[in-house]
Amino acid sequence: MISWLSAHRRACAGTLARLVRAPLASLFNIAVIGTALALPLGFYVVLANLQGLARDYSPQPQLSVFLAPDATAADARATGDRLKGRSGVTASRFVSRAEALETLKSRTGLADIIAGLPGNPLPDAWVVTAAGADAATLDALRADIRQWPKVAEVHVDSDWARRLDSLLALGRHAVLMLATALAFALVAVTFNTIRLQILTQRDEIEVAKLIGATDGWIRRPFLYFGAVTGAAGGAAAWLMIWGALAIFNGRLQPLSALYGIPLQLNHLNGGDSVAALLFAAVLGWFGAWLSVRRHLGAHDPL
Amino acid sequence: MSHITLSRVSKRYPGGHEALGGVSLDIGSGEMVFITGHSGAGKSTLLKLIAAIERPTAGSVLVNGQNVGTLRARGIPYLRRNFGLVFQDHKLLFDRSVFDNVMLPLEITGFDRREGARRARAALDKVGLLHKEKARPITLSGGEQQRLCIARAIVHRPSILLADEPTGNLDAGYAAEIGELFRDFHQVGVTVVLATHDMQLAARLQPRLIEIRGGRIHHD
Repeated sequence: MISWLSAHRRACAGTLARLVRAPLASLFNIAVIGTALALPLGFYVVLANLQGLARDYSPQPQLSVFLAPDATAADARATGDRLKGRSGVTASRFVSRAEALETLKSRTGLADIIAGLPGNPLPDAWVVTAAGADAATLDALRADIRQWPKVAEVHVDSDWARRLDSLLALGRHAVLMLATALAFALVAVTFNTIRLQILTQRDEIEVAKLIGATDGWIRRPFLYFGAVTGAAGGAAAWLMIWGALAIFNGRLQPLSALYGIPLQLNHLNGGDSVAALLFAAVLGWFGAWLSVRRHLGAHDPL
Repeated sequence: MSHITLSRVSKRYPGGHEALGGVSLDIGSGEMVFITGHSGAGKSTLLKLIAAIERPTAGSVLVNGQNVGTLRARGIPYLRRNFGLVFQDHKLLFDRSVFDNVMLPLEITGFDRREGARRARAALDKVGLLHKEKARPITLSGGEQQRLCIARAIVHRPSILLADEPTGNLDAGYAAEIGELFRDFHQVGVTVVLATHDMQLAARLQPRLIEIRGGRIHHD
């Protein structure tokens, strides 16, 4: 067990030594991987920020609750009381049918036509401000109020929320596709790097096999190398995004002052950062593993 | 107890060349054996079969009771740790120091580093290269490179030393030094199997001589 651990520690130390021995090559390698990872990761960061922004600064979504034509003033009051008690409703305002007709007259220039009508065709209505902005919450609220007595129709102004939701979903898909493509790139980069390393260390591998090295012992440093390069690439990507955000946030400052709201893009949180690093390390390890499988068996002296 | 046993071993290479045809041989524990014959007679093939570098086409090769020919791939590294291998072309690693070359077998077996360093220095001292431990192998003479190869072969204290033409490219003086080293290992109980056509060396060490001719044992 101890010798197994120390073998791993040695392989790890050997990997770091190898990285340091060819600093320029290692640096370029890490930069390539970092750039490949920075793209989807950056997109993800922007998306997460947009989502947060939409949640924080969206205009309050509204529902229009139209009462039945035969609803009395008492019915309207009862509906109003019930709305006040309903959770998920932050405010409600009564618009009487007369008031609505006046607004229609003054705002639309349809005064002549309206004057020619035999009566007021508009119902009484409550304009309700909902607490949640997402489509599901609004739909649930709408379905509930629709069931109430003397309620003829509930109109939800939730189209914009749906649009934003589907746009963000689209964005998430784009990030996923980009991430998949660039994950392939990362695997390919480590695959090739390890292939070159195996070629340059052909003698060492042959001698080690001849004097009793197990396949695991020979593979280990390459796998470590893949994982370490991947993780370093992930860290590089994290730093690139950090730098980009710092610059971007600087530019946002005047805009934020103009609008009087704190506009700022946030970096990945701790959990996401660790996940990204681990993901990069796993991809690097996988590329190395593929390469080792493909190229080490090839010149077994047997 | 017999250390290495070959029974009716044949080796035919792809393409039809038969390097060995029905060789039977017993090498006892602690014996010193020289396998002689012209180049191409099958000496190297015989050593490769013992060290599981090649597999026999027919017959069986037993090392310490283990059938080398049918050994599974993952068992081969552990079998090879019984051997010290000395190659004619040395197979040294030129990108690391003399000391690190000797450390390699101990690193492979996961030896404690401090104890390993002690053993590596002892092995280097044995072959007279301790003062060059920090040098690169490329700066060593041919004889020194061969002695370094021997130090690497014995550092993990194998029970069997296999050497393929260890004096092949050396002049008589160097060859004599190397011969003395093999005599020393034989005297401490190591089984020594040499493939060589250096008859001067054989005359000095008086080993058991096995002559191979055309892939068969001609004289034992």
